[in-house]
Amino acid sequence: MGIASEALKDFKGFTMKNIPSVEPLSPGHRACQGCVEILALRLALKAIGTNVIVASATGCMEIVTSPYPQTAWRVPWIHVAFENAAAVISGVESAYKVLARKGRISPEDKVVFLGYGGDGGTADIGLQALSGALERGHDIVYICLDNEAYMNTGIQRSSSTPYGAMTTTSPPGKKSIGQTTWKKNVPAIAAAHDIPYVATASPAYPLDLMNKVKKAAMVPGPAYVHIFSVCPTGWRHPTNIAIEVAKMAVATNVFPLYEVIDGKWILSRKNPKPKPVVDYLKMQRRFAHLTEEEIEKIQARVNAEWEALLERCGEKKEPAPEGAEPSGE
Amino acid sequence: MGRRVGMEVSIAAAEAVALIDVDVVAAYPITPQTHIVEHLSELVANGHLDAEFVPVESEHSAMSVCVGAAAAGARTFTSTSAQGYALMVEICYIASSMRLPIVMVMANRAMSAPISIWNDHADMMLARDTGWIQTVAENGQEVVDLLIHAYRVAEDHRVLLPVIVNLDGFILSHVIEPIELPSKEEVQKYLPPYKPALRLDPKNPVTMGPVGVPEIYTEAKKAQDEALKNSKKVIIEAWEEFAKHFGRTYRPVETYKCEDAEVILLLMGSIAETAMRAVDAMRARGKKVGLARIRLFRPFPVEELVSTLKNARTVAVIDRALGFNGHVGPVCAEVKSMLFDHGLTPYVWNYIAGLGGRDVTVENFIEMVDMVEAKAAKKEPMGYEIINVRE
Repeated sequence: MGIASEALKDFKGFTMKNIPSVEPLSPGHRACQGCVEILALRLALKAIGTNVIVASATGCMEIVTSPYPQTAWRVPWIHVAFENAAAVISGVESAYKVLARKGRISPEDKVVFLGYGGDGGTADIGLQALSGALERGHDIVYICLDNEAYMNTGIQRSSSTPYGAMTTTSPPGKKSIGQTTWKKNVPAIAAAHDIPYVATASPAYPLDLMNKVKKAAMVPGPAYVHIFSVCPTGWRHPTNIAIEVAKMAVATNVFPLYEVIDGKWILSRKNPKPKPVVDYLKMQRRFAHLTEEEIEKIQARVNAEWEALLERCGEKKEPAPEGAEPSGE
Repeated sequence: MGRRVGMEVSIAAAEAVALIDVDVVAAYPITPQTHIVEHLSELVANGHLDAEFVPVESEHSAMSVCVGAAAAGARTFTSTSAQGYALMVEICYIASSMRLPIVMVMANRAMSAPISIWNDHADMMLARDTGWIQTVAENGQEVVDLLIHAYRVAEDHRVLLPVIVNLDGFILSHVIEPIELPSKEEVQKYLPPYKPALRLDPKNPVTMGPVGVPEIYTEAKKAQDEALKNSKKVIIEAWEEFAKHFGRTYRPVETYKCEDAEVILLLMGSIAETAMRAVDAMRARGKKVGLARIRLFRPFPVEELVSTLKNARTVAVIDRALGFNGHVGPVCAEVKSMLFDHGLTPYVWNYIAGLGGRDVTVENFIEMVDMVEAKAAKKEPMGYEIINVRE
C-alpha cells in the first residue's frame, strides 16, 4: 500500500449533513460578482479548517483578500511574490519541522501547509518553484486555482488558456483564432513527480472538491489539487450561470474530474454520455468567434484527451490484438 | 573555549553558521560560494548541526524558502554570488520590507557578461538599494565574527532587518587563514535565541505581505527607511558587546595612518591588506598617506567617514564595480554626495580597480596615489578611471 492509500484508508468524506460551518476565509473580501475562484478557495479552506498556514501567490485571490488594513484571512497567511508560493510554503514547512524537533514550538495538531496560486502563478512563472517543492517532498498542499488566464492584470493569455479562447494578448483577428496553443496539462506534470496525491476538482461539485482537499491535507508529502475556477469577468458570461458553466465543463469532458493516488489514476465521474463541447463553448463570449471547423477541432482534441485519460484510469479495455482468437469460444 | 584553526575561509563561514545554530539553510550552488553550502550540508548530514537543509532548485527559491522559514520563526541562512544574487534579488526586497532577519553570505563575484566567476563588487552594488544591512569583511576572522554579529543585529527587535555579510570571492573565500573559532557556548552567550516579533502561527493568525494601497505605501516605506537608519546604533552597540565577549573590536570604518594623512585611500574588502602595505611603503618615503576601509556599507557610515576624511586634502576612492552612469563609480558617488552635504571639498578621484578578478597590487596603489596627487596639483576636473587596463 502506498503512503497516500495508507493515510486515506479510514478516510471519511464530507456529506451534505456535516459540511463544516468554519470559514477560515471570511466574507467581506473584494472578489468580483460571480467569482468561482474565491468560492473554490473558500471551500478548500473549509475542508482544511483553521489549523493551517497559507502562502499565496500574487493574483486575484491575493489582491481581493488583503488590501491593508483589511484582511479576509482568519488563519495565518503570507504573500511574497507571484512565482514562489510553493517555495515560501516549503520554507514554512521546513521551519515547523525543525522547530518541533528542537522543542521550540509546542507539540500540536498537525498543521497543514497550504500554498496556492492562479494558473499564471502555477503553470507559467511558478512552475519551477512548484516542481522544486514537489520534488523535494515537503509535506505541503498546493492548489492551483485555474481561471485560464491572467485575470488579475486584465485577462491575458497563460499556458493554461484553452485553444481558441479570446484574451487581451490572444485576440482573434484576421490572422488568429485567439489562443493558438492547447491548454498545458499541469495535473499530469504534477503527477509525473510521483507525489502521493494529485486531483482535479470543481466548485460545481463542492463535496467532491472538499473531500479531495481534505485528502490532500491528510496525505504525508506533497499533494496537488487543480481546481477549475470559472471567471465570468474573463470568460465573458453572465455571473449567474458561473456554476452552470463549471458543470458543463465536466459534462462535456472539457475538464474531467479525477484523482491520482500513489500513482494510480482514478476517474471521479465516468460520464458515459458526454455533451458536445459546443454546448460549453457557446455559453461564453471568449469563444464566440470560433468557426464550426475550429469547434470540431476542439471536440476532436477533447475526445482524444478523454480517451487517453480513460486509458490512464484503466477504464478502457485494451482492444484485442489483431488475429487473436476471440475469447470464450 | 574557542580554538585556533587553519581553515579555508568558506569552511570557517559554514562552521560559524553551525556555531550560530541556525534552523533552516536554503542552498543552491554557485561559484565561489559553493564551499559554504557544501560544508553546511556535511555538518547537517553528520549531525553536527541540527537544521533543515533545503536544497532548492534556484536562488529565487532559496530566498523564498528563507522568507517562509523566517516568517515561521526559524533562524535562517543562505549564501550566494553574482548571477545567483541577481536571480534572488526580487525576493530580497521583500525580505527586508517584511522585516525578516535572514542572514546571507555573498561571496562577491563579477556580473556577466562576459561570464566571470572571479571577484569584484558588482553583485554587492546590485544589493545596494534593497534595504538590507551590509557588512564587508577583510579577512577570514572578520567573516566569522561578522556572521555572529549579523544575527545579533538582524534579530534585535529594534532592527529586524536582513543582513548580507560580503566577502571577496576566491581572494578570500578560497584561502586558508588562521582563524579563531569561538565555542558554541561563547556564541550562545552573545547571541540569544531568535524570538520573532510576529510569526506564522495558527494559534495567533496574522496576515503578512498584504496589498499596500497608495494611502499606506509611503508610510510603510518610511518606517522601513527609519528602521535601517536606526539600525546603525544597534550595529555599533553589538560590536561593542562583541569586543567584551570575544576581545576583537570592530567599527563601521577602519582607518590606518589617517590621523595626519594628506592623501587617503578609501576602499572596501580584502584589498585593504594590499593597500596597507602600499601605505607603509609610501610612509617610508615620507608621503603622508592613509587608508580608510568601509566595513559597514549599509547603512552608509556617514559620520565616521566625515570625521575620517575631514582633514584630507586628497581622497582616492577605489570602486570594485562600475556605475555605468558615465561619471563616477557607485561608492565614490556616495562619498562625494556625503562630502558635499558636510561642506567638505577635498580633491576626490575615483579609481575602478580589480574588475572580474584582475589583480590589484601594491604598485597599483602607489601609482594611484602618485596620479591623484598630480591631478590635484593640476586641478584637473574630478572623474574616474579604470586602472590596470591593457590598451
